[in-house]
Formats: sequence, C-alpha cells, structure tokens
Amino acid sequence: MADTVLESAPDLLMDIDRVEQGDVETEELLINMGPQHPATHGVLRLVLRADGEMVIEAVPHIGYLHRCAEKIGENLQPYQYIPYTDRMDYLAGMNNNQAYSIAVERIAGMEVPERAQYLRVIFAELNRIASHLVAFGTYGLDIGAFTAFLYSFREREMVLDLCEAACGARLTYSYITIGGVHDDVPDGWFDRCLEFLDYFDPKIDEYNQLLSFNQIFVKRTAKVGVVSAEDAIAFGLTGPCLRGSGVKWDLRKSTPYDGYEKFDFDIPIGRPGGTDEIPHSVVVGDSWCRYYVRLEEMKQSVNLIRQAIRNCPEGATLAKKNKTVKLPDDEVYVEIENPRGQLGFYIRGDGSSIPARVKARGPSFCNLSIVRHISNNCLIADVAAIVGSLDVVMGEVDR
Amino acid sequence: MAPEEICGILKSEFGEAVEDACLDCGRPYALVSADSWPKIARFLRDDARLGFNLLCCITSLDMLAENKLAAIYDVCRIPFEGKADLLEFVHEFAVRIEVDRDSPSIPSVAEIWPAADWHEREAFDMMGIVFDGHPDLRRILCPDDWVGYPLLKDYEFPVEYQGIPGTTEHELLSPRH
Amino acid sequence: MSWIENRFEEGVMVTSLDWAINWGRSSSVWPMTFGLACCAIEMMAVGASRFDFDRFGAGAFRAAPRQADLMIVAGTVTYKMASRLKRLYNQMAEPKYVMAMGACTVGGGPYFKHGYHVVKGVDLVVPVDVYVPGCPPRPEALIEGLIRLQDKIKHQTRAKKSMNTFREAAIA
Repeated sequence: MADTVLESAPDLLMDIDRVEQGDVETEELLINMGPQHPATHGVLRLVLRADGEMVIEAVPHIGYLHRCAEKIGENLQPYQYIPYTDRMDYLAGMNNNQAYSIAVERIAGMEVPERAQYLRVIFAELNRIASHLVAFGTYGLDIGAFTAFLYSFREREMVLDLCEAACGARLTYSYITIGGVHDDVPDGWFDRCLEFLDYFDPKIDEYNQLLSFNQIFVKRTAKVGVVSAEDAIAFGLTGPCLRGSGVKWDLRKSTPYDGYEKFDFDIPIGRPGGTDEIPHSVVVGDSWCRYYVRLEEMKQSVNLIRQAIRNCPEGATLAKKNKTVKLPDDEVYVEIENPRGQLGFYIRGDGSSIPARVKARGPSFCNLSIVRHISNNCLIADVAAIVGSLDVVMGEVDR
Repeated sequence: MAPEEICGILKSEFGEAVEDACLDCGRPYALVSADSWPKIARFLRDDARLGFNLLCCITSLDMLAENKLAAIYDVCRIPFEGKADLLEFVHEFAVRIEVDRDSPSIPSVAEIWPAADWHEREAFDMMGIVFDGHPDLRRILCPDDWVGYPLLKDYEFPVEYQGIPGTTEHELLSPRH
Repeated sequence: MSWIENRFEEGVMVTSLDWAINWGRSSSVWPMTFGLACCAIEMMAVGASRFDFDRFGAGAFRAAPRQADLMIVAGTVTYKMASRLKRLYNQMAEPKYVMAMGACTVGGGPYFKHGYHVVKGVDLVVPVDVYVPGCPPRPEALIEGLIRLQDKIKHQTRAKKSMNTFREAAIA
C-alpha cells in the first residue's frame, strides 16, 4: 500500500521552514485517505502530506467511479441517455435530466409546453431541497454530529415520496425528459406538495438551531478552508461554493432557463460574522458560509415551489415527437444551476439521431479541484470539514 | 457583449492567429491557432472589455474524418469587482483549437486559469491531447496503467484489465448457450 | 434427547451449538460502509430514520473492514476500484459476507455494453452471497436482501469442513 501511495504522490519540494519549527525534529508522513473512507463522500481518495497533525498538502485522486458516461452518450439516442444523466449526480437526478433535456431541446429547436416548464421548476427545486438535505445531514456526519443526519433524512423521505408519486422512482427519476416532463402529476399532488412545504419551512430554522449555530460545529467549520472570491472564480467554483465566497452569481438569475425569469427569489451569499444571526468567528468564504448558503437556498426553493404551484397553467406536459429527435450538424453547450453548481452539457450532432459527442461539465469536478489549494496548513480533521463543505458527488466528478 | 463584438476584438488584436469564426451556430466560437493560444488566453482574461475570469469547461472533440482533434474552451465572465450584485453584465464565448490527430499538442493555460488544470488532465486522459507546460499532466480518471484513450472514435475496449474480464468477447462474459 | 432432560436447573435452555452461534451471527450482521455510487444513498436511507436498519441488527455501519461482517457493495465497481475492493474484502475477519446491491454490481447494469471502465459484476472480483437487483434497489429490497442473508446464515453448520473453497481461491 505504502508503495502505491509513494508512487502516485507528486514529487514536491519539501517546505523546510515549516518542518523545522521548534526544537522537535519532525518528519513528513504520507497518509492515504480513501477511496473507502466514511468522510470522503463516496470514493474520493486524498493523499495527505502531513507533519504531525498539520496537513502540508492534500492531493485529491479521482476516477474510482469513472462510469464512461460520455462514451455512452455517443452511442445512445438522447431519449435513451436520460437515465444515465440521473446516475451522474445521483442526489439531483431531476436537475441533471433537466440540463441534458434543455441541451437537446436547444440543438433540435424544440419548444417545451408552459405547464411542463412549471413542473420542471417545481421538481428541480424539490430535488434541490432533497440534495441540500443530504449535504446538510452528511456534513453533520463528517463533523461528528449524527443527529442532523436522522433529521435531514426524515424530511428527505417526504420529498422522495412526492417525487415517487409523480414518476415512481425514489432516486433516479428520468422524469424531466426531452420536450417536457414525462407525465402530468397525479390528482391532488399540488395539495400534498403545499402541505409538505408548510411542514418543511419551519424545519429549516430547527436545523439552524440544531447544527448551524451549535458552538462545536461553528468551531469546526468557521475560518476553515477559506476561499476568496478571486480564487473561487479562478478555480471554476460554482454554485453554493462560489456564493459562499460572497459572489452573487446564479444561472437561474443571470441566464434564466425554463421560465425562471418569471419567479421572484433571492440569491443567498456568504456573509461575514457578526451581521444578522451569523456567528462572530465566521469569515466570508469559509466552510461554514458554504454550508449555510445551502440552508438559505432551501428556503428560497420552498418559496419558488410555492410560486410555481400558484401560477402553474393547465395544458400539455410533453412536446410531440420528442422520441424521434434528429440532431442537426451543429453543437450546443448549455449550463444550468444544479444544487452543486453549474452543470454543463455539450452536445455535438451530426445529422443523425445519435450525438457525435456528449460532454458533461460536472460542478463537483471543478469544485473539488480547489482542495489542494485550500487545505494547506490545516489539521487533518479539517480536511473532512473542507471536503464536506464542498459537497461533492463522486458520480459527477468521475462521470 | 455579442459574440461578433468579442470576435472583432480578438481579430483586431491578434489578426492571423484567429483563423476562423463561427458566429451563427449553436455556440459561437473563434478558431485560433495553437501557438498563440496562451497569449490569447491571457488577453481574454485580462482585457478590461472582455475579462473572462471563469473557464467553464474544456471539451475535447475527436474529428476522425478530418484526422484532427479539437479542444473547445468555454469561458464566461462573472462580474464581482468588489460589488456582488452586478448580474446584468454577463457574457460568454468559446475558443476552439484544432490540432493534428497524430501528434496532438496544445499549450497549457493552467497558469492563466487554475481551473484548466483538471480539465486539461481530463482531456489528456480521454483523448490523448498533450498540454505542453502543464504542471502535472497524468491520467485523472482512468488508472495510470490504462491503455489507450477511451473517447477516441477508434478506441478498442479492453478484453481484460488486471485479470478482470472486460468486454463480452471474454469467455467469462460471453453469452452461454 | 431424553438423557439430557431434567439434568439442569430451571431456566437453562438447551440447544444445538449451531443454532446458538447462527442466532448470534445473524442477529448482529454489522455492515461496512462501502458506498460507491447511487446505491449508497439508498443504503444511507436504509440506515436513517424511516427504514431503520437497526431493527434487523444491522444498523451499526462500521468504517473499518476488521469490525464488519457484511460488505454491502453499493454501487458501480470500476477497474480502478476493484483492487481496493478486493483488498478490503481480504481485510475483513471471518465469517464475512458480501451483498451485491444494485444492477451494476450484479452484472454491470446499464454500463454493461459501453462501459469500458466498469467491472461487469462484482462477483468477478469477490464471491457474493446475496444479490439485490434494482437500479437502485428500493430500501425494502435491501432489507429483503438482509433477511435472505440471515436465512442463509441460520442454515450454516460447523460440521462441514468448509464451504469457502471459492472464497479461499479468491484470496489466493
């Protein structure tokens, strides 16, 4: 094992100043963290170069879940490929379906019925809530707070029940499809959804009391893994990770898709400690901010779903001839706002019904690349806090 | 800013290096030469009019018929400049570089956009495009001892890897009657 | 068994050694957290509030292979991961069981044809006791899988020398 670690760790110059602090002579140690580790969110492998408890460098190694999604995309019709997008970011299947569907619709020039757009917004936001709930629960688990996990999964099951009522699946929906959504929602579904939202809205405050403002939690996450706004953009961070650094950037606002321009919502960003209810030790761009942005986003999602249900028109939910779509000899690149950031799909058509090239830009892939940059001079335990706050899904990092 | 305008700026600044442009297709792009790419990239990022600070994605493309490989760089601008509420000023663009399929090599831009680091490694892993000057160019998704570049159109699937059967041609996986 | 009757005090139960050991083993199957992909989320859901794996004595997810009895391979196994999977399996203490959760681990699943980097079934790497199909399987299916495994454990006997010839071959 040690040999493989040494082989794959990059050959870097030793920082002698840091090693020779104090009288005690210390020695650098390579620690292999993952790919099977409870705090690495799947199969992420980190090679830590540590000096005692201090991490000098953490190098992520990925690819343990490389499932050849792009190769498969070149071999299947767009309609057949929808289930594979589910499995890319398996916590946000709806959003991934939506991204690929929009990309195909743009290249084929297909119109989506208005009711389908509203249903897409509803389910994308519901899935955003479910995804952020997992992020919240497992982040607590990484830090050592088990209770949050049980609370978040309790509510998440309710979201899954709503999705299940609409499409029959709990995790991999394939509900949002090319040309609209697969089916209309069943009778009484809107009422059930509103009932859930009324129940869920106050729960977010409960989470805050339970975990966000917990002294131990704040001590573990505040001022840990601070990312400046410039760094965040340079490394291609998007989504809550970028907004946690104080950049107000959301594709739902800047380049709206599926009728997001009709909705009224805020973009929560990381705020410095001391303002409002934020703990004093928090600085903009640290792990706590990234985490808290997600909780605030859930409130916005609740708000969005309420608006969508109120204004949802009657009508068709699926465009005609969506299964026999021909892709012209053109290319298109579409990005949408996934719970983890900007999910992009590149599609190159060649006149047939099978794309010549499909490329997915996973937000977690870019978000993860900053780990090496921000985990210098932190404690080994902080690495778990940093990786957890980025909320990576390995299915999408490796694709 | 419209793509025509961005392309105009690039042409006036770099002349011949901007070989071609496609502005009315699904994704407007400029085709630039590989040699001048670092200069253009730096200009794209630092010019006050353009200011493309976010490299969204590097897409590698196998053009088997023309015996070429292409890399497409999607850049966009996130306005922050100290103030966090400038959402109206948004633009994006794509730059395309085509290289010979037999010896694909493109200068790296990992120094200009750190985000390019992993994207370039991925393009190298999947298509075999070599990015000159990349700080740490090795496979990122496939194992280090993987043979071939999987996303090439003429890639052959491994029959087995480290003793584990791979394709259906392997006796353990072939259909039994 | 008349010779044994009335030989002990009241309250002492007599049973076969097999039954007692199997009862103990099957009631505390501690799984290892071996979440790989989508199925891992369902595995987490089984461990969480609504489905509560603890009811079957299998809620204590262990992070270390040496503390675990059951490896739930939840998600797609890739070639890069296969050697790690085998290593972790070898690190587990006997008796050990493997559950293949989800279509990918059963036989490659949706990645069978074009997945150049996907192992077409985890049974090509480690021996599997229970297969749970589905993509991903519902939590109920995973619970069913566990109950099947418990049935299997309850029928084991110490009389036979070893049923683990395949398993030993895999280690060697």
